[in-house]
Amino acid sequence: MTALAARGRFTPLSDFFFRRPGTLTALLLAAPLAWIVIVYIGSLMALLLQSFYSLDDFSGLVVHKFTLSTYAQLGERANIDIIVRTVVMAGAVTLTDAVIAFPIAYFAARYARGTGKALFYLAVMLPLWSSYLVKVYAWKLILAKEGILTWFAIHTHTTWLLNAILGLPTIGGPSLSFSFIGTYLVFVYVWLPYMILPTQAALERVPKSYIEASADLGAHPRQAFRTVILPLALPGIAAGSIFTFSLTLGDYIIPQIVGNSRFFIGQAVYTLQGTAGNIPLAAAFTVVPMVIMGFYLAGAKRLGAFDAL
Amino acid sequence: MRSEAQGIAGLGLKLAATAGLLFLHLPIVLIFVYAFTTEEKSFQFPPPGYTVHWFATAWFDRPDIWPPFYLSLEVAAVATLLALIFGTLAAAALSRSRFFGRESVSLLFVLPIALPGIITGISLRSAFEIMGLDFSFWTIVLGHATFCIVVVYNNALARFRRSSKSMVEASMDLGADSFQTFRHVVLPQIASALLAGGMLAFALSFDEVIVTTFTAGQQATLPIWMLNELIRPRQRPVTNVVAVFVVAVTFLPILAAYYLTREGAETAGGGK
Repeated sequence: MTALAARGRFTPLSDFFFRRPGTLTALLLAAPLAWIVIVYIGSLMALLLQSFYSLDDFSGLVVHKFTLSTYAQLGERANIDIIVRTVVMAGAVTLTDAVIAFPIAYFAARYARGTGKALFYLAVMLPLWSSYLVKVYAWKLILAKEGILTWFAIHTHTTWLLNAILGLPTIGGPSLSFSFIGTYLVFVYVWLPYMILPTQAALERVPKSYIEASADLGAHPRQAFRTVILPLALPGIAAGSIFTFSLTLGDYIIPQIVGNSRFFIGQAVYTLQGTAGNIPLAAAFTVVPMVIMGFYLAGAKRLGAFDAL
Repeated sequence: MRSEAQGIAGLGLKLAATAGLLFLHLPIVLIFVYAFTTEEKSFQFPPPGYTVHWFATAWFDRPDIWPPFYLSLEVAAVATLLALIFGTLAAAALSRSRFFGRESVSLLFVLPIALPGIITGISLRSAFEIMGLDFSFWTIVLGHATFCIVVVYNNALARFRRSSKSMVEASMDLGADSFQTFRHVVLPQIASALLAGGMLAFALSFDEVIVTTFTAGQQATLPIWMLNELIRPRQRPVTNVVAVFVVAVTFLPILAAYYLTREGAETAGGGK
């Protein structure tokens, strides 16, 4: 009787769920899944649909009739240039981030202990989560012609080097804040923490015994690094590269604030849907990063990136 | 090898790691320096003089800062609340059972951060247009909640995985029903992870600009205000003062989230 008194008002319902765990899972999942499917997937579909419409060149209105002409337009020289430029930038940024991130992640995973480790982790987390715009703005200050970098070059007598870099064709410009080098530096900076954290997580999971075993078997530290540690860290690097690559593909604010007037995919999309009012072409443009990321994610999955997330 | 066995890093590694960390932090320090400069028109370095004048200006003479600030706070609060509810439900469902299509469902929740923000933004905008929805507070919230869910979801899922099933079983054995078990056993276990996820979601929403430019219409959140100042600067140091303020505001929740989840680095690789 006392046992019965302790039973709550909802006990019958609880018993029902206990017997049918699948029903409970379905109920729990219903609301969040509905949100994602309706709001997010629904919107994506709406966008995809738009890419099969076209813009009437004379009236400037969207023709709601199925056509592939918008995709054909995507294949024009100028648009291909934008796509190639963006993908090259994303690749360069990802590679650079992997190179810069690795020593930080390696040190944090293998040598930092106790408080030092906590500080290291925070030192990566804080820039990761602090304001994106603030970070971009900081680089506007650094790269400005009258800014700290020029000052540094003057004081270290390396102005000639700075000028030589700015004089490079295509990637140079009147000042770093109006050049592709500038855009590249800001991208590298802003996405770096996204590379450090998964790399570090993968390195943390390399068992110490593996490294000891490789040493016992006579491997030189370099050999151990190349044949044991690096392959095991690769899924983490791949996981990080998903972020650095994807974020670079879609960003339109960084090249707008630091860069020259030649467009990246994000800027093209933003301008096309905004001032140009050409939603179909904008939609077709967004399909490009989606397709690229589809392939990228499939490749990353093969490298085991999803287990390292 | 000897040095590695003793746990001492090589000089090259130390230098590379230190340089990397400096690279991450020095630019933010520079934001602080420029908040005190007397030079209003350019980014001259070193600043010709130092003043605290701009803090007073930002506080008293720039009423245009406040409405975006309040809007950002409100949006972040509502988006975080929605994300907490949906993210926790999703994590609870996916952690407690394995079913056909589970992998795909979990991919769905991560998709809003795996795909570039501009895709989320323009998709939502075209959906609003098709449905004839006008831009409002809620259109911003809709976008923010969608990518905030994943942050809470990641944190909650990590905690669900770590918490042991035996506690729940013990509670059931002692006669508690599943609601009582949830209230007295599960909730205390996941509470700090939820708080951490909530804070990160708040920081993320408060700071978001890419999706917001598509879903806000004529409204300005604080990041949009800042973006406008970057493109068409008026008093540059005032932008720095606001930036310093934003860094301070987001710093605290991030620090708190770290301490709440530090036993197992749950936020690691969670990404935005």
